[in-house]
Amino acid sequence: MESEAPTMENNPKISAYYQTRLAHFGVVSTEWLAQAQSATNPLPSSSTDSDTDKDTNFSVIDEFNRWRSHPDLAEAVAAIRALAAVISSSKASTMMQLEIELKNASDTLKAWDTTSISLTAASDLFMRYVTRTSALEFEEFNSAKSRLIERADKFGEISYKARKIIAMLSQDFIFDGCTILVHGFSRVVFEVLKLAAHNKKRFRVFCTEGRPDRTGLRLSHELAKLDVPVKLVIDSAVAYTMDEVDMVIVGADGVVESGGIINMMGTYQIALVAKSMNKPVYVAAESYKFARHYLLDQKDLVPAIRPVDFGVPIPLKVDVECSARDYTPPQYLTLLFTDLGVLTPSVVSDELIQLYL
Amino acid sequence: MDARRAPRAVIDPIVRKVGFFTPPDPIPFEFSPSANSLSPVMIPPPRHSSENHDINSRPSVTSPSGDETIAVSGSCNSILSELFPAPMLPAQSPKIGNGDGGGIVASSFPRGGFDLTVVKASGGVPVCKLTTVSVVNADSFAIDEREKPNKGGGSTMEGKDQAMNSKQKKDKSSKAERRALQEAQRAAKAAAKAEGNKASGTATSVNVKSAKAVKAPQKVDNTSVGASEKKGGDRPSEKDRKKDVPHPRMQYDDKSRVEKAKRRAVVNQTEARNRVELFRHLPQYEHGSQLPDLEAKFFQLDPVHPSVYKVGLQYLSGDISGGNARCIAMLQAFQDAIRDYTVPSEKTLVRDLTAKISSYVSFLIECRPLSISMGNAIRFLKSQIAKLPLTLSESESKSSLQSDIENFIYEKIILADKAIVEHAVTKIRDGDVLLTYGSSSAVEMILLHAYELGKQFRVVVVDSRPRLRGKLLLRRLVEKGLSCTYTHINAVSYIMQEVTRVFLGASSVLSNGTVYSGVGTACVAMVAHSFHVPVIVCCEAFKFHERVQLDSICSNELGDPDAISKVSGREDVNDLDAWANTENLQLLNLIYDATPSDYVSMIVTDYGMIPPTSVPVVVRKYSREQVWI
Repeated sequence: MESEAPTMENNPKISAYYQTRLAHFGVVSTEWLAQAQSATNPLPSSSTDSDTDKDTNFSVIDEFNRWRSHPDLAEAVAAIRALAAVISSSKASTMMQLEIELKNASDTLKAWDTTSISLTAASDLFMRYVTRTSALEFEEFNSAKSRLIERADKFGEISYKARKIIAMLSQDFIFDGCTILVHGFSRVVFEVLKLAAHNKKRFRVFCTEGRPDRTGLRLSHELAKLDVPVKLVIDSAVAYTMDEVDMVIVGADGVVESGGIINMMGTYQIALVAKSMNKPVYVAAESYKFARHYLLDQKDLVPAIRPVDFGVPIPLKVDVECSARDYTPPQYLTLLFTDLGVLTPSVVSDELIQLYL
Repeated sequence: MDARRAPRAVIDPIVRKVGFFTPPDPIPFEFSPSANSLSPVMIPPPRHSSENHDINSRPSVTSPSGDETIAVSGSCNSILSELFPAPMLPAQSPKIGNGDGGGIVASSFPRGGFDLTVVKASGGVPVCKLTTVSVVNADSFAIDEREKPNKGGGSTMEGKDQAMNSKQKKDKSSKAERRALQEAQRAAKAAAKAEGNKASGTATSVNVKSAKAVKAPQKVDNTSVGASEKKGGDRPSEKDRKKDVPHPRMQYDDKSRVEKAKRRAVVNQTEARNRVELFRHLPQYEHGSQLPDLEAKFFQLDPVHPSVYKVGLQYLSGDISGGNARCIAMLQAFQDAIRDYTVPSEKTLVRDLTAKISSYVSFLIECRPLSISMGNAIRFLKSQIAKLPLTLSESESKSSLQSDIENFIYEKIILADKAIVEHAVTKIRDGDVLLTYGSSSAVEMILLHAYELGKQFRVVVVDSRPRLRGKLLLRRLVEKGLSCTYTHINAVSYIMQEVTRVFLGASSVLSNGTVYSGVGTACVAMVAHSFHVPVIVCCEAFKFHERVQLDSICSNELGDPDAISKVSGREDVNDLDAWANTENLQLLNLIYDATPSDYVSMIVTDYGMIPPTSVPVVVRKYSREQVWI
């Protein structure tokens, strides 16, 4: 589309994260897909650049992409699995070397998609685990290596189970006859609703359309399959329908140190409306999404660009706000459902301090 | 009942007058002595003026009655009863705000350790009815009194008493009677030096303070409950009769305590006139006479090491101000003192040195009350002294201590500042308008570093009388080339519209996230909050304290009221020159205030950027770290 072309030139790098999400969940127009595919082309070159440095780099990105293509797999888990693959294919003979290789691989991953919070957070988490265990120098190298791989696999399992744990914890909050507002397609939230439906709870869901991804359409489709009464609302109708809503449940791309969340564009708006009408806002997020960023306002966020398809050509002189996500400050959030338990936003920093300091 | 007891007004507890009223004539009240001697809480001594002022508005227990009962109670030892009546505060104690008594009790509560000693010592003196302030006061007061002579109780009361001369004269009659008794007592307890906290005589919201004050003295080591308690580590070992370590949190309402402290004091301080009732628990002195007085005494500085003396003088004259500067100066003076120290024969290094440090600290307090960070540093030093293995020789111990101090300064202040600067500059973007208030060393470093990194921003420096510290910051920034705007705090709500970030320094951050900083900070933070401007507080981790403070009144520092009445450079503005003579005019010059955590967006420490709710986690980690050192 004509509108897309200039944006593509201006922002050659669409956040890969959103590409993936789109690929999995979105209603994708063919034009956009073509754009996306052309956008993904630079990637092999970046990995080939680093290819000259180390063999492992190439495989990291490759591995990462391979894992990422699974629709059910969280991006963080894909990253961890890729790093585990680095370890197993590494030719290092000491812990220090292994650590350095891992650090390079993790940096490459992070550089590849600078906008993804959970990717950064998960890599940091894994690196932290590695540096901590490597402190046990006396251990034999191979056994340490296998332990790391085992841990990485376990991490994958944990994060997969995390969704189940979160779903279980949030069941108490969904009562019969309640109306839930959800935004965008979060796999964790979907898990929550799935379990609630499975437990024969009677509730109905208002699903925002989630422009420009329009992921809400996909979610409503899935919920309808579960026989949950779903109502689609356009993003601008959130305030209008907030009266009938009992609670808002959203997922998170990342949870920052202040306790706020980074999520799909529109979450902040919904949280503001909910707060002003005294409706609770619950966030379902796995603990590996806790990141060490501290955001003060929207501009502190590294913007993730996502081109918007308006359906009609936009004149060249008109600028389009293409950021794909926003930051919701902690005062608008009620509780966080995580695999560590049901937490208040202020606990996030405590957890991070204990983990990283 | 002691006839001397000032009759206490029974005031309906619901109707309370706070702060600025002269209390009505108190009505005598009987208080049952059988109040629980088991209460571990230290209650601030009753603050009532000798003759008539009712200290606490609570009808149930008023301090005088409390005193009386205590005096009368069989369980009290005679000394107690003698001591008891003493310090009634001369001033019209605002009887009012005693509601806090209960609160005080609560606040004193954590001092478990010495509460026990006190209770023990008091031998059943009814410590308190936790319920009523007055009781608390009375009890604490009693306990204080008891403690003093009691030495055995092991609480070294540290109080710096600066005699509150003028005020003390007020309660003449009953005081005189009490004095007579006391003199007899004193003769008996010549050696007892514990300065009690001045029982917070004036009932006022100060009660909290008094509670703390009372507690503190009780504690052998006076680990401060309140801010800046330096007496850290070795509680029981601190029963040093010779060294009076004034309790840093002494309440100045209690005349007798003030007098005691004054006797011990090196610096001659004269009580200020016309004090604000609400703040009677804080020391305030005439500012003209101290410096020349001390300078004259320079060569008779036997008890005090010359470096410490010098630092004290610098504090007094205001040459050194600012949390970090004061702390570093003090620690370096202690380094010198330790270097020149020799253990007297028949004494152990640990105990003697600790006592010596305590006496230096009390001297410094006389010059200027400690800040919270200084308190933490002193606590660190004392714990290091206490941890010295006995096998070390004297010179090894001394050099180990000196290097500990060196490391402390380097790691906790210098390196911490570097870490803070690194974290904070990431929050400055091009095009920002940054506002700062007063002059904080951390914020200055951040701004200069950001400028060096080439970021485009401009600075608004907000300043306030009477100290006008912002001018110094402004000068230094402009010299380096930053573009600055300078304004007075009156205009902060006007200028806040164009501001994108507010950077503030802090004297300390308390456990509930409250930021304790120079007066005016709370105002700036609140205005920023209402304009949705993020407020970033920059504070080194060693300044964090586990105490909780809810308002700016219970613990603060009073500056020179003359600084308010005079405007430098404007000699023609002299309407307030005769303020001291005016009965119904009081000038109040507060130095600190407390900003609630709701108005703070983020705290930058050497541990990173944390929300105000995570301060207790850092305090816990930090204190654990200290243990490992």
